[in-house]
Amino acid sequence: MPLDLLRLTTAGSVDDGKSTLIGRLLYDTKQVFQDQLDHVAEASRRRGGEGVLDLALLTDGLRAEREQGITIDVAYRYFATPKRRFIIADCPGHQQYTRNMVTGASTADLSVILLDARKGVLEQSKRHAFISALLGIPHLVLAINKMDLVDYSRERFEELVAEFDGFVEKLNPVASVNYLPISALQGDNVVERSERMDWYEGPMLLELLEGVEVAYDHPYDTPARFPVQWVIRPASASGSDYRGYAGQLASGALRVGEEIVVLPGGQQTRIAAIDTYDGEFDEALAPMSLTLRLEDDLDVSRGEMICRPDATPTVAREFYADICWLADQPLKAGGRYALKHTTRTASTVIDKISDKIDVHTLERSSAQGELELNDIGRVRLRTNTPLSIDPYRRNRRTGSFILIDEATNSTVGAGLIAV
Amino acid sequence: MWRRSTDGQAKPTHTGTVMSVVERPRLSHLQALESEAIHIMREVAAELERPVLLFSGGKDSIVLLRLAEKAFRPAPFPFPLMHVDTAHNFPEVIEFRDRRVAELKERLIVASVQDSIDAGRVVEETGPRASRNRLQTVTLLDAIAEHSFDAAFGGARRDEERARAKERVFSFRDDFGQWDPKNQRPELWNLYNGRVRKGEHVRVFPLSNWTELDVWEYIDSEQLEVPSIYFAHEREVFERDGMLYAWREGTELIDGESVFSETVRYRTVGDMSCTGGVRSGAVTLEEVVSEIAATRITERGETRADDRVSEAAMEDRKKAGYF
Repeated sequence: MPLDLLRLTTAGSVDDGKSTLIGRLLYDTKQVFQDQLDHVAEASRRRGGEGVLDLALLTDGLRAEREQGITIDVAYRYFATPKRRFIIADCPGHQQYTRNMVTGASTADLSVILLDARKGVLEQSKRHAFISALLGIPHLVLAINKMDLVDYSRERFEELVAEFDGFVEKLNPVASVNYLPISALQGDNVVERSERMDWYEGPMLLELLEGVEVAYDHPYDTPARFPVQWVIRPASASGSDYRGYAGQLASGALRVGEEIVVLPGGQQTRIAAIDTYDGEFDEALAPMSLTLRLEDDLDVSRGEMICRPDATPTVAREFYADICWLADQPLKAGGRYALKHTTRTASTVIDKISDKIDVHTLERSSAQGELELNDIGRVRLRTNTPLSIDPYRRNRRTGSFILIDEATNSTVGAGLIAV
Repeated sequence: MWRRSTDGQAKPTHTGTVMSVVERPRLSHLQALESEAIHIMREVAAELERPVLLFSGGKDSIVLLRLAEKAFRPAPFPFPLMHVDTAHNFPEVIEFRDRRVAELKERLIVASVQDSIDAGRVVEETGPRASRNRLQTVTLLDAIAEHSFDAAFGGARRDEERARAKERVFSFRDDFGQWDPKNQRPELWNLYNGRVRKGEHVRVFPLSNWTELDVWEYIDSEQLEVPSIYFAHEREVFERDGMLYAWREGTELIDGESVFSETVRYRTVGDMSCTGGVRSGAVTLEEVVSEIAATRITERGETRADDRVSEAAMEDRKKAGYF
C-alpha cells in the first residue's frame, strides 16, 4: 500500500469551527505533541476556558490571531495515518481574506467546507464552494458542524443538505460531493463514528480523506506537458558538452525515444534521455522533476514547452480567462501586468472585462468595467509573446497563471484559462 | 531515493532502469516532496540574480544540499553556500560542514557573529543564559546586504513552529529584512513570485511541506551523512529548565546545577548555548527514524530554548529578519 500525499483545504465562515476541526483531526489521530498540548492547555486557561481544551489554539499561529480568536492567514498543517500523509491548508473565513483561500485551494485535491448547523448556508459558504469548484478541486466535502448544538437533528442535517445540493448542482462539475454531520468540538464523525447520530451511515471525515483519489493518479490519461525551467550546461571549460533541459513534468508521461515538439517554436526531435541524479529513466511521470536530453541540438530556453506532437496545447497570444482579483486596486480594461504562466513570464494587457460572476446566484452579469478585490470575472488578455496554454478544467498546471503588478511586485490576480 | 521506497517494495536501481510504473503509477509522498523542492530551487536559480543557500550543517540544510545536487548536477550550483557562524557551534558540526563543502566542491561563505561583535554591530549577551541566537539575525542581514543576495534558501519547515506554519515558500523580506505576516503575497499553484527591488530579498523554503519525519526518512533513503551529534553518544551535560545542555569550558552554571555524563543525541543543530540534547540510545539512521516516528514532543519544544522565551518568540524573531 503506497503512502501517498493528499493536499486538502479547509474553509468556512468565521466561527464555523475550522480550527477546531483541524485541531480535532490532529488530536484524534495522535498527531498533537505533548508540548503543543501543554501550550494549548496553558493558553486556554489564560483565556478563561478553565478545564476546556481549545483545540483551535493548536492552529492559530500568529499573535493577533490568538488574541482576536480569528485566523488571518493560510496555515499549513501536516498529519499522517498509516494509510496516507496529509497537508492541510487552513484558510481564513473572513471576506477580506478570500485571497488566502485561493492560495490554499489552488493545489488542493479535496476541499472541506464547514457549515454551522445553526446558521445554515451563508453566502461565504457558497463562495467557498464556488471557489473550490472553480479552482478544479475534484472532491468537495460539506461538513455540517456543531451538530451537538442542534441536538444531533437528522431533520436539520437533511434540510441543509437539500439547500446546499441545489447550489452545488450549478457549480463546475466535481468528481465527488459528500455531506457529513459532525461536531468538531465533541469529535462526532471526524475520526470516531458518532454514537449520537446513528441515523448517519456515510463515511467519517478521516475515512473519506484516506480514500479519495488524488491528482496524478492517472498520468496516462493526460497529455504530457514539460515546461522547460532551467538549462543545465556545465561551463565549457569543464570539457563537458552536456546540455539538459530541466523541469518538473506538469502532467502526463514521457518516454525515451518519443517524438516531441518544442513550443511555441515548433521544432521537432526525439527524447534522447531522461536524466535524474539517481540515474537515467526510460519513462517519467508527472510530477517528477527531471532533465531531458534531446536527440537534435536545438536551442531550447526556459519558458518553452515540450510535449508530444499529437497532443499539443494551444499556442496563443490572445485568450479568455477567469480572473480572481486579489488586490485593493481594481482591475481595469487597459491595465498592464506581468503574467507568469508555467515557467514563462510575459507582459499582458487586459483587453476587456466581459463579465463578472455573482457568486451568490452564480450568474454572469455583463461587464461593470472593473473587477474589485475578491471579484471573479471573465477577461480577455493579450500577451507580448505566445503562451502554450490548456483550458484550466483540463490541466490545472498549464491552464493557470498569476498576474503581477510591476510597480509594486505584488501578486494581484489568479487566472484560470477558459479557451 | 528512487532506490528505496518507503513501503518497502523492491525498486529498480540506478542507470537504465524503469520505475515500476505498472504496479504503481504514482510517486511516493517523499518523491512528490522531493520533486516539489527541486522545482522550487530551479525557480529561484532562474528568476533571481544572486541567491545563496544557508547551510548550517544541520539535517535540514543537509537535505537542501542533496536537493541542490539533484536540481543542478552535473553543473556546479548556481549559488554559493553561507553559514552564519556564532562560534558557539558544536565542533563536530563545523568539521562536518567543511568536509561536506569540500566534497561538493562548492563555495562556502562564513558570516561570523564574532565579527559583528568586534565591529560593534551587536552587543554580546552576558550571564549564564547568554546566547548568540538573537545576534545571528544582524550578522545574517549584514551578510545578505554585503553580498547583495536577493534570495536565501533556508531549511525551515512549516511543521516546526506556529509562525512558520503561516509562512509562504517564497517569503518576501523588505530592505530591513522584516517579515510582514499580515501582508504576504498570495502563493498560487506552483507559480512563485520572487520579484524584489534592490535591497529587498526573498527567503525561500524548499522544505516547507516536509515534516521532521520526512527529513529523516529522506536522509535514510538517500543514505546521507549527518554530523555525529545526531546519534546517541556520551557527553558531559547539565540540566536546565528540563533540558540537557552540553557543558563546555567556560559555561556558567546556575546554583544547583551540576555537570554529569549522559547518553544523548540532538534533534536539532543550533548553538551549544540554546540547543538541548535528548536521552536516546539511537545510534543508526533506522533507529533515529523509529525514535522520531514514536516521539510525543516536537523537535523545537524538546530542544530549543530560543523558542521558549514567549508565546510568540519565533514570530517576533522572524519579523526582525531571523531565519
